[in-house]
Amino acid sequence: MSQAPFARRELTVTGIDDLGAYRVMRVVDPAGERPHVPEPGQFAMIAAVERWGGGEDERPYLPRAFSFARHAEGQSHFLLEDVGPGTRRLCELRPGERVWALAPLGRGFTLEGGDLEQRRALLVGGGVGIAPLAILQDTLAQDPSRAPATVLLGFRERERAAGAALLRNARVATDDGSVGHHGLVTELLAQEIESDPHVAVYACGPAAMLEAVRALCELHEVPAQLALEAGMACGFGACYGCVVPRRGGGYLRVCLDGPVIDAAMLERVDEHAGGVGGTR
Amino acid sequence: MSVEFCGLELAHPIINGSGTFDAIAARQAFGDELLEHFPFAAYVSKTITLRPRAGNPAPRLWETPAGLINSIGLPNKGLDGYLNEDLPKLAEITAAAAARAPAELGAGRPVPLITNVMGASAEELSELVQACDRRAEIAAIELNVSCPNVATGLDIGADPLQLEAVVRAVRERSAKPLIVKLTPNTADVAACARAAERGGADAVSLINTLRATALAPRTRAPWLGGGTGGLSGAAIRAVALAQVAAVAARLAIPVIGMGGVQSSAHARELLDVGATLVAVGTESFRDPAAGARIARGLR
Repeated sequence: MSQAPFARRELTVTGIDDLGAYRVMRVVDPAGERPHVPEPGQFAMIAAVERWGGGEDERPYLPRAFSFARHAEGQSHFLLEDVGPGTRRLCELRPGERVWALAPLGRGFTLEGGDLEQRRALLVGGGVGIAPLAILQDTLAQDPSRAPATVLLGFRERERAAGAALLRNARVATDDGSVGHHGLVTELLAQEIESDPHVAVYACGPAAMLEAVRALCELHEVPAQLALEAGMACGFGACYGCVVPRRGGGYLRVCLDGPVIDAAMLERVDEHAGGVGGTR
Repeated sequence: MSVEFCGLELAHPIINGSGTFDAIAARQAFGDELLEHFPFAAYVSKTITLRPRAGNPAPRLWETPAGLINSIGLPNKGLDGYLNEDLPKLAEITAAAAARAPAELGAGRPVPLITNVMGASAEELSELVQACDRRAEIAAIELNVSCPNVATGLDIGADPLQLEAVVRAVRERSAKPLIVKLTPNTADVAACARAAERGGADAVSLINTLRATALAPRTRAPWLGGGTGGLSGAAIRAVALAQVAAVAARLAIPVIGMGGVQSSAHARELLDVGATLVAVGTESFRDPAAGARIARGLR
């Protein structure tokens, strides 16, 4: 696990590009590349340096959590969707403007250990949750001994499905059938597991999708790692706000024990688990 | 910039509010860099209760205009878990932080550990305080009195008579400095502060969070798993300033002021109205190094 420097850093936006319904924001650290390269599944707490708050309703106030979507040539990429005052403000940023970032945080995907390296990687994403699967695909592709990862992505409709271009060779499902398979991405996952159960699943997306992935993998005894989406106040274990119930009792902090959590540690993925009101 | 507080010599006047900075978690997230730039001159633990608590069901947070409502529910390992597992780790972190601190943050000066405890009766609080008294790692004890009394149902800290009696009973159990963390959810916070002083408190700290709630956008039912929560952040700064001023004007014992402090200028205001120390809370969520930034700015 990469640790974060003990300070939020002021990063410069180098690009912000439309990707269907989403935007890809690229940032660099003007102080230069430090030994804080993110691992797949790790995240950043991000806020705009200027005009963060002070808008309608005096929000946003807290930074927002984003998985690293890619990290290459000193640039970090994040996938944004305008769903609230925080994400809206970030979507407005232009190259040259600055953001505060505390990163890299959290536990990412585990790629080694047990027979994980022998299993074909199945990357399953939904909506804006596809972001950490892109950096995961990049990392897995660097290991020539591994079979290419299979990528299955689900979206609501065509405009969002354009986000699939963030990854290579993705099979797409849409709720309305406008692109790819007409139905749920978990239907594609079930087909893949039934045809070859020697797989390891890496998933990120909305709670309902992750719960379906968890249940399917449990049924077929397939190892699964779930990158949970959660609003957070701090991102480093201080506030205890982003908790999800742990199987067998107690809670896990998504920021510190996750965001990538072994599916076996969860009884189920609830819609409200890890939900932080207003922090979007 | 060093400051004396209840017989403790602190490198600067900035500490953390209880439950707003988990030093063990921060060590995991930031590694040794945490120790080299430890942001607080004394470290206050999260609230410890006699028995372990899992905390409230999710969701636990709601962002408000310039603030945050939390309904965390004081998750902790309980007294034994704290003393056996967490306290040695916290003592190691604060000792290393003191040794590695840069000159402007008080190189070499100890970072005392303050343990915050909560109980639903004078008996529970006494047991907690007595156990803390036996541990050399603990420099001072803070009482969280924002808890309903099991017998009366009233928040212990909201009623001056009840508060004075509880503090007096607890006071006998320890010679360590005893800080009473006052609740702002009361008719007359200065009267409660005076009651804590009469009961034998060595210092008071305020303000705790203000009771608040939020409705879920779709269902219109309370959003928070705990129903209501406590408001913190910039939204409460002016309230904090008024309450700290009112309390400091009437007390002979030192006051720890807190509430919405985000900058050295905000800390300076609390010091100007009579606080001896200033605690940073929600701002550490937005910037984990905020305490050090604010302390440097006070020099």
